[in-house]
Amino acid sequence: MTELNCQEFVEQVTTFLEGALDADAEQRFIDHLALCDGCDRYLDQIRQTVQALDGLPAKTISPATREALLNTFRSQS
Amino acid sequence: MEEFPPDEELVARLRKGDEAAFALVLDSWSGGLLRLARSFVSTEESAAEVVQETWLAVIEGIAGFEGRSSLKTWVYRILTNTAKRRGTREHKVVPLSSAGDGPTVDPARFRPADAPMPGHWWEFPPSWPTPEQGVLGSEVRALLAAALDGLPDRQRAVITLRDVEGYGSDEVCELLEISSANQRVLLHRARASVRGRLEQYYTQEANP
Repeated sequence: MTELNCQEFVEQVTTFLEGALDADAEQRFIDHLALCDGCDRYLDQIRQTVQALDGLPAKTISPATREALLNTFRSQS
Repeated sequence: MEEFPPDEELVARLRKGDEAAFALVLDSWSGGLLRLARSFVSTEESAAEVVQETWLAVIEGIAGFEGRSSLKTWVYRILTNTAKRRGTREHKVVPLSSAGDGPTVDPARFRPADAPMPGHWWEFPPSWPTPEQGVLGSEVRALLAAALDGLPDRQRAVITLRDVEGYGSDEVCELLEISSANQRVLLHRARASVRGRLEQYYTQEANP
């Protein structure tokens, strides 16, 4: 079983976070993580990125469209 | 923020013509719908029309909603169907292969094959400041929004549904009609790219 290098590690973070690595691959991933501060930080930054995106406000429909839809709703009921 | 009522109550209120209930779903979901619509059609205007059409279909169809999925999922499905129809009309073909390939982190940051410890970082990724009490500044939020805007359509659709809106991978595969492997690749590329933008931002901030 060959060891994972950092360049391989960074391409597996999502599969790891999704819990979709097979048992061997997951073991290699974790073994690398335990020994490499750079990859530990990379994985943490991916987690932080996901967290930062959570609930990010979106551009929304125009007030005029909103008003028109409310009017339609009102007239339908 | 107002406590979101459970589906059963919400659907009952909508059927009774409760305008406050309609305003609540309209205001809560239009942003996410607009972002998703943008993944299927070619312009902002077109996306806004798709969202409007979707809500009209919701008003029309709420009486027949059978509750086999959550209300929100039902609305999102109407959106994806409406958007896809229109996307086809506009000849916007989103290639299935647009997941892309190649590394998500610049290969120059790793030691080459002929160096000692090939494939390891030359330099570790720089550390990021810890946001105070977990609150992100408006500048970071604007940067994230721009980063999402800059992503290829399918990547944007997946990361928006998963990480911004909090859908599970099964729901996203179903909504976008993609395989779970494809979904994962799109999510991976999108996250790596947004992380890269944050890194760029924090590094510039540290060394102006």
